[in-house]
Amino acid sequence: MMASGTIGRGLHRVRSALPSVPPQRRRTYLFAYGFLAPIVALFAFLRIFPIIYTVILGFFNWSLVSPDHTFVGLDNFINLLSDPNFQTAFLNTTIIALGTTVISIALAFFVAAVVAYGGGKIGGLIEILFFLPVVTPLVPATLGWRSILDYQHGVLNAIFGIFGIPNQAWTTDPTLAIVSVIMISVWAQVGYNMIILLVGMRSIPRLYYEAAAVDGASTWRQFRHITFPLMVPILLFVTVITTIQAYNVFTQVFVLASDVQGAPGYLVPVLVYDIFQNGFRYFNFGYAAAEAVYLFLVVIVLMLLQFRLFNRPTD
Amino acid sequence: MIHRRRFNPIRLAIQVVLVALGLVMVFPLFWLISTSLRPAPELLESPPQLLPQHWTLDNYASAFAAAPFGTWLLNSLIFATISTLFILLTSLVGGYILAKFKFPGNNFLFILILATAIVPFEIYMLPVFLEVQALSLINTLPGLILPYVILSYGIFFMRQNVIASVPDELLDAARIDGLSETGIMIRLVTRLLAPAISALAIFAYLQSWTAFIWPLLVLNDPNLFPVQLGLASFNSSVSVNYAVLSAGAVVAMAPTVVAFLVLRRRIIEGVTLTGFR
Repeated sequence: MMASGTIGRGLHRVRSALPSVPPQRRRTYLFAYGFLAPIVALFAFLRIFPIIYTVILGFFNWSLVSPDHTFVGLDNFINLLSDPNFQTAFLNTTIIALGTTVISIALAFFVAAVVAYGGGKIGGLIEILFFLPVVTPLVPATLGWRSILDYQHGVLNAIFGIFGIPNQAWTTDPTLAIVSVIMISVWAQVGYNMIILLVGMRSIPRLYYEAAAVDGASTWRQFRHITFPLMVPILLFVTVITTIQAYNVFTQVFVLASDVQGAPGYLVPVLVYDIFQNGFRYFNFGYAAAEAVYLFLVVIVLMLLQFRLFNRPTD
Repeated sequence: MIHRRRFNPIRLAIQVVLVALGLVMVFPLFWLISTSLRPAPELLESPPQLLPQHWTLDNYASAFAAAPFGTWLLNSLIFATISTLFILLTSLVGGYILAKFKFPGNNFLFILILATAIVPFEIYMLPVFLEVQALSLINTLPGLILPYVILSYGIFFMRQNVIASVPDELLDAARIDGLSETGIMIRLVTRLLAPAISALAIFAYLQSWTAFIWPLLVLNDPNLFPVQLGLASFNSSVSVNYAVLSAGAVVAMAPTVVAFLVLRRRIIEGVTLTGFR
């Protein structure tokens, strides 16, 4: 509930702004402002202000442990560009984001198409099997994956062994560790993408397909000329959401790199991990915030891209 | 696409591939459960066996003895419940007012909320940390919960639902009947929005149950850890083996996985309805 002073001030403002409003109306406005005010306050405190403040922090040399906060202009942003940690993290994160997005959407599209058009009785089962990873918390999920990817006793290398492929160091080889992170991210994301694509496919009227079939269009041509064009906006939405999510990869990397018995996996440096390190290990909040701003720019570009493509006149 | 109803070997093959893929999807969960039920010596078998030879629940006892999993589960329960209640309240009230009351700034506020909905928490977590620090809430449950009391997307989602399923005529009729604005919101609107409320509740619960990076930043007292952070700290303690660790992992994932298996239709419909992730 709110302080009475705020209500009083709100009331005063409403009265002076709307002198001719009938009493019933006035009470309605009072209700709207009164209940909205605390929510707007929380929203400003927990979302708007932190987002703006991230950008401001980026211009400061801001230590978490000392009161020394100096304005340094664009220094943080410029220094980051030549910081090998940032470069590696940005490159890795981009590879992981692209890999996760492309693979999870291609796979989700395939699965959704089969469930929507040829799933028969197994559709419901497939939905559940694919969606389970979405509701599984990433910490236990990654622990399960790490055990599967284990060099000596892992299931994956055992399966590879059947085909005569030597054991692979999934969690300790720098390149393979990235592959492993992508694998886990795809696993966690594909079910969500499938459900969203499935909604889209199911909303395409059967009439279109029936008409095409009457005209003698093959299954492939129906797919190519009906399903695909109508799915473009939804594909775009899923692509943007997945890419933004994948750019924020953290938990998988964090858990994969720490091991039970003293043999940690290879730490794949990613953006959020680097922000975490700079902010909370080196207490350099300004530098970390500048890094977050670069991540923010990626998100903004992706959002604009989606709006741009969405508003494109249909051809 | 229209299919002729006759036996189609390609279609059968595709379905087999799909079920195989589906089994791959649940394999990590199966593997955790299976590993958690075998005695430690069986961990070193090569090749690894799908099922334990000697089934045991000892690993669960060891996990609960070695770490405060009970406390961690309780913390998660408190965290998720309070967060969900707050998100429901703020989304419902905010969404309803934005949908049904025309006032200066309404549209601007709506666009602002929608625009922030897509910005990931990781981007602005540093200032949130400074705020929580300024409030002296670092390493407390209120500090853990605070960033999770509102959800931009929740407000947006509720606004859309109010527009779609609460007719103005009904509100006016209730006003003429003498119901107060607060009464209308509590008695009438919540009833009309029941499906949307349950979809939002499921999402909010899942969000805080699976949260990881914020608990990691804000907490350092193990007695306050939610279960995901507790499990991660358990993972980096040196004295546990994979079987005990897997038992802990099963404990940490069981609540959401079981809830999903029970409410699966509801949850999948909720996702299709909201687009939440």
